[in-house]
Amino acid sequence: MSIIKISRRKFLKSLAFGSAVVGAAILGIIPAIKGWVRKMRPPGALHEDQFLASCIKCGQCVQVCPVDAIKLADLTDGIGVGTPYIAARDQACDFSCDGLQCVLACPTGALTHEINYAHEAEMAVAKVVAPTRCLAAQGKGFKGFARGPEFDGKLRYNEIDRWNPIPLNEHPYDLESCDLCVRMCPIEIRISMCEAGTPPSGEERQCPPEHAIQMVSTGVSESGYTFLPEILDGCVGCGVCEMICPVDPPVIIMEAYPGSGRIF
Amino acid sequence: MSRLTQSLAQLFGRSPTKPDPAKFSEAAVRIHEEHRKRKSKAEVLAIHEAREAQAKNTFWRRRRWTVLISVNLFFVASSALHINALEGALTGSRFVGFHMADLNSALQVMLAFKQVLINLLIGTITIALIWWLLGGRTFCAWICPYHLLAEWAEILHLKLRAKGWAMDIKFDRGMRTWLWLIFAALAFISSYTVYETISPTGILSRALIYGPGLALIWVALILLFEIFFSRRAWCRYACPIGLTYGLVGATSPMKVQYHLEGCFHDGACRQVCLVPHALEITKPQRATETHLDIGADCTRCGRCVEVCPTQSLTFEFKGLGQKK
Repeated sequence: MSIIKISRRKFLKSLAFGSAVVGAAILGIIPAIKGWVRKMRPPGALHEDQFLASCIKCGQCVQVCPVDAIKLADLTDGIGVGTPYIAARDQACDFSCDGLQCVLACPTGALTHEINYAHEAEMAVAKVVAPTRCLAAQGKGFKGFARGPEFDGKLRYNEIDRWNPIPLNEHPYDLESCDLCVRMCPIEIRISMCEAGTPPSGEERQCPPEHAIQMVSTGVSESGYTFLPEILDGCVGCGVCEMICPVDPPVIIMEAYPGSGRIF
Repeated sequence: MSRLTQSLAQLFGRSPTKPDPAKFSEAAVRIHEEHRKRKSKAEVLAIHEAREAQAKNTFWRRRRWTVLISVNLFFVASSALHINALEGALTGSRFVGFHMADLNSALQVMLAFKQVLINLLIGTITIALIWWLLGGRTFCAWICPYHLLAEWAEILHLKLRAKGWAMDIKFDRGMRTWLWLIFAALAFISSYTVYETISPTGILSRALIYGPGLALIWVALILLFEIFFSRRAWCRYACPIGLTYGLVGATSPMKVQYHLEGCFHDGACRQVCLVPHALEITKPQRATETHLDIGADCTRCGRCVEVCPTQSLTFEFKGLGQKK
């Protein structure tokens, strides 16, 4: 075998190896680019395309979150290996850090430093998808743990402990008409705090300008007055209503923003 | 060609060539002549004995593995215990508040995003300075978690090969340069950090800190490929991170230095080396000077230093200590 043949062989082998590496990398990112799966990103996330361009996949946002709402995507999640997302039903972002710690931790600006307060986030669009399943719409109240005794998600209850979120299964409810989605909405909680003259962290700027969700009266049923939650303009899509909803599957879900789906 | 351009050319994939006879220093010529003299049987035997005795020396490897494991566990502990000392992962982190960014990840983000946030810039410059000082690819051998797994895979690979159960396909080392260019171009054109999907360094670092995932299958595939088909293939022929750090370390004061005088030229160093082309100067009649720095592709892993029976390869920090 001549030297030229050997080097030609080596070249072809190298070409095959190199193509396999590039191919694997492209295959790995196509699901994310095409937006086959959509997941909620942390607060302050740029538009999906820009987010995928700028996220360095270090997980610093994961580490600072007091309620552990942020997870890193795996290969099979199809939203970019190592990029952060929030599965709101399991654990929503309740802004219990007040200062948007994940945004501050982000080294690349993938979570834009242009937002400072909860009400400036745009994480998803909340949608009332199953009004007939809503307990309030059936005139029902709610008693017990919102998500049952096994659920390990947590939320902050300002009146209990401003600094430490507590597990939902340590906080039972007894409500005549279920309004958990409105009652626990971080934006609504902030608005009432501000109205009471005690804004979060004592900062006026923490006060949201618009309401996010309200219960609307829909009439009377055999079991009592009926209501339905209505999503308002102030909603930031944090997912707490989806998380707290005691009905399974939930009445309200978060719809993540899509990417553009362009490849180049 | 100057030593630096030669070192860079080899980093990019060029094979080392025999030096021009006119380039040899007088002292080097004299030593080469001395070395060329036929050795007596007793001398040859002594060389073999010295080599065998030194072959099992793992002085630097033990220290290096300790550093590598400690740094990675520091990330893990910092996250698990919420001590906020070393936050993030190898791709981007903060050490007691100071930003640090892996150079290749940062490059991918900058090319894709086309904006550079000050924090990222600070992190990138910090890391570039640190690794320039410490030798560039020192990152590979002393920090990268994939390197450690690949070393274990290599031990297995060599055992299997001794039995004839594995082969060592050689690829063109220039492929790494092409991959570096392709991934840089892909990031710029597509505006996605394409390489990060398959970076075993990032995948492993995150798996350690945030828990394992299926992305580890990719890492396992590369390791299996290395075990059965090609020794240290990823680090040798593919990893763009290695090339980036190699560039940073090209002018580093931290070097492995070759001393011609005592060298037996028996090649123990080249057999253990991840980048044996960088040790080509240890072959007979190759070194043009009596003391030569090993090129930019060297990961400063210290394997050659510890197995050399004559201490002809040593760690040197320019400006510190005396040349022998």
